[in-house]
Amino acid sequence: MENTQIIPHLFRTEYRKITSVLIRHFGIEHIELAEDIASDTFMAATGLWGMRGLPENPKAWLYTVAKNKAKDHFKHQNIFSQSIVPAIQTNAQTSYEIEIDLSEKTITDSQLQMMFAICNPIISSENQIGLTLKILCGFGIEEIANALISPAETIKKRLQRANEKLRDAKVKIEIPNKEEIRDRLQTVLTTLYLLFNEGYYSASQNSVLRKDLCLEAMRLAYLLTEYKETRVHEVNALLALMCFQSSRFEARLNENGNTILYEEQDEKLWNAELILQGEYFFRLAS
Amino acid sequence: MKEFLLIFRNDYSSVQAGSPEDMQATMKQWMDWMGGIAAQGKLVAPGNPLKGEGKVLRANNVITDGPYTEVKELVGGYTIINADDLDEAVTLANGCPILNEGGNVEVRELAAM
Repeated sequence: MENTQIIPHLFRTEYRKITSVLIRHFGIEHIELAEDIASDTFMAATGLWGMRGLPENPKAWLYTVAKNKAKDHFKHQNIFSQSIVPAIQTNAQTSYEIEIDLSEKTITDSQLQMMFAICNPIISSENQIGLTLKILCGFGIEEIANALISPAETIKKRLQRANEKLRDAKVKIEIPNKEEIRDRLQTVLTTLYLLFNEGYYSASQNSVLRKDLCLEAMRLAYLLTEYKETRVHEVNALLALMCFQSSRFEARLNENGNTILYEEQDEKLWNAELILQGEYFFRLAS
Repeated sequence: MKEFLLIFRNDYSSVQAGSPEDMQATMKQWMDWMGGIAAQGKLVAPGNPLKGEGKVLRANNVITDGPYTEVKELVGGYTIINADDLDEAVTLANGCPILNEGGNVEVRELAAM
């Protein structure tokens, strides 16, 4: 693992996993708490690794510290309720041994559940994309502002309000049941495609960022195929479409940043592997 | 060779989490600064950052929470180095990244037996 960009790399892959598992644990009312704990974990990493060097297994270190911070939080809640208001019956959380499970399966499940929670019609499409980028893709506010070509302050406020709406509606973090799942899946797929479009058609000059958006959309769509209830035709079709489109990413623009039409593109710049993947998903969708 | 304790202080309540790239840069600065001291064979102990919570114990078993992280100059960590004298120790302390973060380094010689 290359040292030079380890924190951004780990942040991009692990922040969202830790956050999703914690949100699932704490509930939607505590999105900000979960994000704070995840952020604090990375800050602690920066401080300690700067002085003591990288641990053997940085990812495992992050998970351990995040778990401990979450447990500490519960401990403090208990202390507060027990010493300040002893007369009130302590509720379910009397146990100090809260176990936070950060296994592969729980991480995948939590992210899927968060996808359904975030891609909820009660918040605007734009905010669904913003929250997806923030919570499921580990993008910072600055990056989201760049991606959506909006000022950072505006994005920050809008996402806070979107969080509040989800909180007030007490949205459950779960995969919807059989009756609802088809409908809710539509919203998720729409958001993922809009996210993909942000990258594909974006006016932003930052081509690395734009590719990231496409890749994130594809990664999340792929996550849907890992779960039986969501491994359906529409998902495969969307993945096929995204694979085919992103295969042409390198060929779409000329040196001046102007679009080159499909018929005029240099086919040698098309990504053969992505085309193959597209064909694979296309067959599954038929 | 004498030993010196470097005490890092800062106003941590105003320290914002930067972007992951900023964090990477900060981490590298610490690694580089410590690495420089170690390369000269003068790093006795890299030390530790300190966690925010703590308690203060006083006589008669009086225990309070503290110090508070809102304190303007909270001790955030320590390192122990070798140097011939205080001036050299201060020279080595130069380059400590906390100086770029609004903090300071207190340099104290360890009284030896």
